[in-house]
Amino acid sequence: MRRQFLIAAAALLAALPAFAAGEDTLTIGFTVSQTGALNLDSLAQQHGFEMWRDEVNAAGGIKAGGKRYQVRFVTYDDQSQGGRVQQLYTRLIVQDHAQFLFSPYSSGLVATATVISEQYGKLMMSIGGAEGKTYQLGNHYLFQTYTPADHYLSGAIELLKDKDPGAKIALVYSDDPFSKAVATATRDQAKQAGLAIVMDESYPPSQTDFSAIINKVVASGADALLGGGHYPDGATLARQLYDQKAKLKWATLLVAPDSPQFASLGPAAQGISVPSQWAPQVTYKPDFGPTPAEFTKRFQAKYNMAPGYHAAGGYAGGLLFQRAIERADSIDPAKVAAELNQMKATTLWGGTQFSTDPKSHGLQLAHQMVLTQWQMQGGKLVKEVIWPTSAATAKIAFPYR
Amino acid sequence: MFGILASILDGVLVGAVYGLAAMGLTLIWGVMNVINLTHGAMIVAGMFGLYYLASVAGLPVYAAIPPIALAGFCFGVCLYWVSVHRVIGRPPLMSLLATFAANLVLIGLGTAAWGTVLFNVPVSLPGISHGGYTFTGTHMMAAVLTAAIAGLLYLFLYRTRPGKAIRAVAGNREAAELNGIPTTQVLALAFGLGVALACASGALIATLFPFTVLSGAAYQLKSFVVTVLGGLGNPAGALLGGVALGLLEGAMTPFMPVSWTSIVEFVVFVIVLIAFPAGLFNFRR
Amino acid sequence: MGPPAFLGRPTYWLIVVATLAFAFLPLWHDNVELREELLLAAIYVTLAANLNLMIGYAGYINFGNIVFFGLGGYLCMWLVSSHGWPLVAAALVGAAGVSLLALLFGLGILRLRGAYFALATIGVNEGVKAFVANFTPWGGSTGIYLPIDAFAELGGPAKALWVIYFLLVAVMGASLLVSFGIKNSKFGLGLLAIGQNEDAAVVLGVPAPRYKALVYSASAFLPAVAGALFFFKSAFIQPDDAFDLVFSTEAIVGVMLGGQGTVIGPALGAFLYEELRSTLLTAETFSNFQMVIAGVLLLLIVLFVPGGLMGWIHRRWPRTKRVLE
Repeated sequence: MRRQFLIAAAALLAALPAFAAGEDTLTIGFTVSQTGALNLDSLAQQHGFEMWRDEVNAAGGIKAGGKRYQVRFVTYDDQSQGGRVQQLYTRLIVQDHAQFLFSPYSSGLVATATVISEQYGKLMMSIGGAEGKTYQLGNHYLFQTYTPADHYLSGAIELLKDKDPGAKIALVYSDDPFSKAVATATRDQAKQAGLAIVMDESYPPSQTDFSAIINKVVASGADALLGGGHYPDGATLARQLYDQKAKLKWATLLVAPDSPQFASLGPAAQGISVPSQWAPQVTYKPDFGPTPAEFTKRFQAKYNMAPGYHAAGGYAGGLLFQRAIERADSIDPAKVAAELNQMKATTLWGGTQFSTDPKSHGLQLAHQMVLTQWQMQGGKLVKEVIWPTSAATAKIAFPYR
Repeated sequence: MFGILASILDGVLVGAVYGLAAMGLTLIWGVMNVINLTHGAMIVAGMFGLYYLASVAGLPVYAAIPPIALAGFCFGVCLYWVSVHRVIGRPPLMSLLATFAANLVLIGLGTAAWGTVLFNVPVSLPGISHGGYTFTGTHMMAAVLTAAIAGLLYLFLYRTRPGKAIRAVAGNREAAELNGIPTTQVLALAFGLGVALACASGALIATLFPFTVLSGAAYQLKSFVVTVLGGLGNPAGALLGGVALGLLEGAMTPFMPVSWTSIVEFVVFVIVLIAFPAGLFNFRR
Repeated sequence: MGPPAFLGRPTYWLIVVATLAFAFLPLWHDNVELREELLLAAIYVTLAANLNLMIGYAGYINFGNIVFFGLGGYLCMWLVSSHGWPLVAAALVGAAGVSLLALLFGLGILRLRGAYFALATIGVNEGVKAFVANFTPWGGSTGIYLPIDAFAELGGPAKALWVIYFLLVAVMGASLLVSFGIKNSKFGLGLLAIGQNEDAAVVLGVPAPRYKALVYSASAFLPAVAGALFFFKSAFIQPDDAFDLVFSTEAIVGVMLGGQGTVIGPALGAFLYEELRSTLLTAETFSNFQMVIAGVLLLLIVLFVPGGLMGWIHRRWPRTKRVLE
């Protein structure tokens, strides 16, 4: 009896260091647009980050090099401004000793933050930065989770070609890096699909009066409106389109309609479609991490709202970092980068594979987009996946209203 | 063809509201030679006023405008005593900086309180549609109310005692003083009136477009352009200037990308400042 | 011929010491944090010192002074990214271009007095911003991005940050010396006369239009160089950041806080203001309060202490007038 007791005690003593040596912290730094035009989408993304962090820490942290790391975030408000982003990322690296970085939200801000992360040699996971040009500036440590901007409206073009091959398109988009990149790609895609663009104009991102533009859309005889920018201008454009009773058959706007808040526009939201990086109804089978359905359930329970693609992207970004660190068994940036460079995985988010071509390092190659549409079901506005038809959860409402 | 006409008409409707926004600025400028750089902040105050009275407290939208104007008046009088009174006699540099500083404080407090979130007051009125184009009811109502307020201002300035006192002080302060007019009180009154007009115009703009705490800056710049077009101290000129600006915007947009209109506005602004300092619509002198 | 008179002036040595301190303090222990902080401070001081030439000496408020900073940045970035110029050449040529543009704009708006001039400078800034946002060769509203290897000419990103820092400190020192030099010259006397009473100055023979145009153009050069260096360091430039009226305002606050019309005042005011600002930058509740504080400070100064810090010091201790100019 006494012997067994001694053995048990010895075993416990031997195991103690394993418990004690556990708690190191891994600091991940990033800025959030808590204020400014991008705040709705950026905060949604932050919810995703935080949910990942809480789940990882509850499960004991990230395992690497014989240690377990609790994840700690250091964040600042970049107010949706590029100038502040650079100062704040410098501070995150130099003063707060962040070991890894998430990007800010939106392509313009990601590009400015990348300068800092590259200057100091830190790994940055880009979530919410779709513009492809950011990845062509010669980076070594930047990784994109989103599908590049080029592919945002390709689904809408395919849909239009299918439903109304003679449709005339009005391209009305915000004058920011992301929307401009989408517009550039869309022009080529429309030409290849044989669809005519009868109006092609950009507006300042802070525009609130779209009446002149909408008049021009009407004057051009367009059947479909493609474009928009981020939440504030997209929502305003949708509302004013409804107020001015512009006669269109189809409207796809970027980013804004994906936010659950878009439904508050009521009848102005009905029929509007949005290219989505992800929707709760997708059916990817993950190699690691939760399934889309599990993620949606947990998110709904934690935040009392359905997740949009920004939140899912945030969560996925954390998950990918974790996977790479654990497989590299180290937190050394070079080793983690090597892991990310050879990663070919599927998660709740969809496919992930990063380009290793030095001219476009980090560009996302594997991720696909869906098109979702707000439809009226039983008096309530619901977002359904309508394209590609193989992944659709409802029929396309064409004309949109 | 109708498209261009629709664009111009719409521009005129909105331009009238720009004119109203500028009337407050030009009144203060003309009476006491002070450029009120808190003008933009006051417009935003009117916007938030409408949001809280109409969307939050549930008042009918257009009925909320008189209380907003009244609140603006009281605030304007306070602002006069805090920032402007001490610098009235001093070099214009000082009064410029004083109102500028007050503006920084107001916008800073506003940003701290409301962030830069977009606010919206949903207003829908039946509009007039013709051939695919619609003139929204809100645009038309805003123009009508602007005309009404301008009319009230005229009556006040020309048919009431305080109004005439304001015009007297604007014309010649010392002579008015000698004639027994309490100039300091009149100046405070005029400043309050200018701010009230700014707040009222802000409330009207809020019925048309969404806004943030920082929206005032754009309208303040437009107010400068309109004030300069109309001639300083000339409220009627300001209204005409606003309509002219709206007309210009409406005429330009069918022919050039919408983002070019602001360049044209600033070029016009600088040219008018240099070549026509008395304004284009100053018919008196 | 004996040694030049300025060597005997304490202010001259103050400027030299301050500039050397900026240069050498971060080098001690390779203090990158301090360097980043002082870099911003150097830019604020540069802007304020040059703005002081207009506000403090000539008495013309240049509300849109940031347009020089932004245009200098744009010209340099364009020369570097589209034509492959080396940094220093691009910055200097760009700044010369901005000075020339300032001369041209000045011809138009310098006839205006007081508030009209101030408003016109805002019009110029906003107009230039709107134009650049539509000007495709300069990237339009997206702006210009430099590839990461643009820093290779300076020895890689880490080394480049140090080189740019030293160049900016040199620009700051030059701005202060120019301010000092002008104040003690015939040109400066003429400007001060214009600032006091322009009509009287003209009657007394001061060639006001020429002097005004010269000082407006001169006050554009060094901020333009600073802009070129700053945006090159950031590896990107876009209209909203280049022509930011808030930044323009902060330069004015710096000048007024420290004491317009003095040499040391604007530098001191700008430095103090920047320290305050960076403390507030990351403070949770107060991150938007910098404008409130700037506004309150400015209001108090305008209402009660129009001479700013230096003005107060000079009145309290009149002997310092000769020592701290």
